[in-house]
Amino acid sequence: MSFLFEVVRWLTDLAHWRGSDGIPARLAEQAAMSGASVLVACLVAVPVGLVLGHRRKGVALAVNVSNVGRAVPSFALLVLAAEVFGIGAAPAFVALVALAIPPLVTGSCVGVQSVEAEVVEAASGMGMSGRQLLWRVELPVALPQVLGAVRTTTVQVVATASLAAVVAWGGLGRFVIDGLARRDFAMATAGALLVALLAMGTEVLLGGITRRLVPVGVQAGAAGQNASAPTTRQGSRP
Amino acid sequence: MAAAEDPWVRWDWVADHGGDIGAAVVDHVALTLGSLLAGLAVSALLVAAVRRWPRLETPVLAGAGLLYTVPSVALFALLVPWTGLSPTSAVIGLTTYNLLVLVRSIVLGLEAVPGEVEEAARGMGMTPAARLWRVEVPLALPVIAGGLRVAAVTTIGLVTVSALIGQGGLGQLILDGLVRDFRTPLVVGTTLSVVLAMAADGALVAATRLLTPWSAGSGRIRGRPAP
Repeated sequence: MSFLFEVVRWLTDLAHWRGSDGIPARLAEQAAMSGASVLVACLVAVPVGLVLGHRRKGVALAVNVSNVGRAVPSFALLVLAAEVFGIGAAPAFVALVALAIPPLVTGSCVGVQSVEAEVVEAASGMGMSGRQLLWRVELPVALPQVLGAVRTTTVQVVATASLAAVVAWGGLGRFVIDGLARRDFAMATAGALLVALLAMGTEVLLGGITRRLVPVGVQAGAAGQNASAPTTRQGSRP
Repeated sequence: MAAAEDPWVRWDWVADHGGDIGAAVVDHVALTLGSLLAGLAVSALLVAAVRRWPRLETPVLAGAGLLYTVPSVALFALLVPWTGLSPTSAVIGLTTYNLLVLVRSIVLGLEAVPGEVEEAARGMGMTPAARLWRVEVPLALPVIAGGLRVAAVTTIGLVTVSALIGQGGLGQLILDGLVRDFRTPLVVGTTLSVVLAMAADGALVAATRLLTPWSAGSGRIRGRPAP
């Protein structure tokens, strides 16, 4: 009981809520780093995935690459990036982008590819060009899967960003890593609770946004589809 | 960071530290196997409960999903005050991550068993236990093995993080490389971890083919055709 009391005392100590190493500053750091990494990864990965899926080419390759990507521990990726780019924000950013690209390519590629053939045929029968087909049929229908991939990838990136304290970057993970290193378990536990809350909050927030972004017609159709298909929630957990 | 003359791999170090590397591999495999077996056991119990009381399905999956969201470093740190800087903490944390994918694949696999097959088994007078173990589980095996493959590959990667609570198997080598600013253990630890993950994946594919000669061993659901 006294340990939980210590954790609560650490969390309610106003000194931990101020300054550049306070909780709000660390939270902002982690949110900014995760957001920037996911954004850059999306700009690279989603167009590639959409085009691959549209051409029905390279899908197996994309799935295989992402499976191999899952085998590379994100912890090792961070440390390797630190060897190449020095310590601090740069390796964290590079590792997070590298980690996010494979699941985003696979998610968008598989999403577009799994649009029913009849739908695609009907659209091309209506005289749609390849570009129109992709933008006006395939992408909207695949949107739940693409956004699902963005959501799981973001949660994964937020989680790995908590690990980036080992390469001397900030974020909420600082409290966990420093707490473990100094055997200050109250601080480590408090930090871990904050990290867990941030990850869960991200999941809930993005789930809400996804529901708003997906067209109602697609949602209704996708509900039955998703029930039978195994979801893409299988990223390498950092 | 690293001096220019630090090569990525110094083979003399590898040769001198064969024993340490071997021990790290053994630890890594032990942590992985321990958490996969524990994950299978807990998931089987959860699925049994869900089959008995179908109302539990939503809370069980939601709970497993919630635990899956917790970043590993946070989960390990939360366990340390209770179970210490020990392999127990590592295995509990790793097991937790396996629950979502294993429970889901067992449920999906069992659900995909065609209704006619179950009826035929009942018609033959098989007891519920015999139906489960001799009909449903074998038919669900490819799907369950698919989940197990994901769990195994994920776990092997995650074991490295438990280096931060003094465990970690090959993660110790990676952490060592970081702390001492020495690339060789980092490269060796990373490479062996990837090799282990791929070997585990390949072994599970091969085992599934052997155990289910009637299927392609693809791990895909071959359920009822859509109505």
